[in-house]
Amino acid sequence: MQATGEVDTITRPASRPEAGLIKNTRRALGEPPAAAVAPSYGRGLRTLSIATVIAMSLALGLVFFYAPLEAEQGFLQKIFYVHVPLAIIALGGFVLGGLLAIQHLRTRDVRWDYRSYVVIHTSLIFAVGTLITGSIWARGSWGHWWVWSEPTLVSFLIVFLLYATYQPLRFAIEDPERQARYASVFAITAGAFVPLNFIAVRMSTAYLHPRVLGSTSNLPAPMALTFIVSLAALALLFATLCKYELTAKHARAQVRALRRRLAAAGEGGAL
Amino acid sequence: MILAALPPAAEVPALPLHTAGKYVAGAYIVLFAIVLIYVAIMAIRLSRIEGELHQLLSEHSDEHPPGGRTGRLSEREGSRGNE
Repeated sequence: MQATGEVDTITRPASRPEAGLIKNTRRALGEPPAAAVAPSYGRGLRTLSIATVIAMSLALGLVFFYAPLEAEQGFLQKIFYVHVPLAIIALGGFVLGGLLAIQHLRTRDVRWDYRSYVVIHTSLIFAVGTLITGSIWARGSWGHWWVWSEPTLVSFLIVFLLYATYQPLRFAIEDPERQARYASVFAITAGAFVPLNFIAVRMSTAYLHPRVLGSTSNLPAPMALTFIVSLAALALLFATLCKYELTAKHARAQVRALRRRLAAAGEGGAL
Repeated sequence: MILAALPPAAEVPALPLHTAGKYVAGAYIVLFAIVLIYVAIMAIRLSRIEGELHQLLSEHSDEHPPGGRTGRLSEREGSRGNE
């Protein structure tokens, strides 16, 4: 995947190895050491990853060894502890992507566009997971992989397909500034569509699709606890994946910036 | 249309464990596979960045002789990267 624009701004302190590299490069180029160096997206990544692994293990333990079997669906209901949190986080991520895009248009800071892109990209991956796990459940429960007359399924598919056009739209534009601006406008418009779509489906649905979030208060305590822990674990997984991608993109941008500086310094030396 | 032919949820008997088990396993394997694929993609990207950085450092050390100040810096960075 392409980076949208390269963050070469020097604002916040970097992590130790990265700061060391930047400092040494500055020395190599004969530049004075900067008081503040490039921002680090990798800060806290290790802690977040460990927290995610612990939360995921706890959630799986609760799902299979603590939560009781549901009376109507039996063991098949265990799919909901992964399917529903995936759907909630994917939709929440799409809305968050829109909010970050608003921040990008307000400040013109490309880092907000980076964040918006990464959040939407990760949400799209979670949406794929939602569709697949939902289809598996539908097959087990209804005997069909997909039911076109079910409004919740179709509306989610529409949202997914809408966001599937985000990346082709983005990378069809070559100018980085225009790319970021158009992508932000798309993210805001589509982000506003997500809650509207959700509310419309809720209001019009024939209540055929099982409702978990609206009836959490009716869930037995062990089931509610398992659901909340699963939701928290997948939210942590989402945050970790976003942070991983931001860190990778930022590192790549730093390497490219370093290449440009070294090339410029080489040309300066040759002259 | 299809749903009209389906019995209400309350009347559908729960699937036996041996039948439901494969669907539940399938759903969790999907989640595991998604995470695994993502981590693999990130690992490929990371190795690409590492390669670019290594190339950059070797280019830089070629431009500046090892005896020079910047050459020594590059060597130190290079050896640190291989650790």
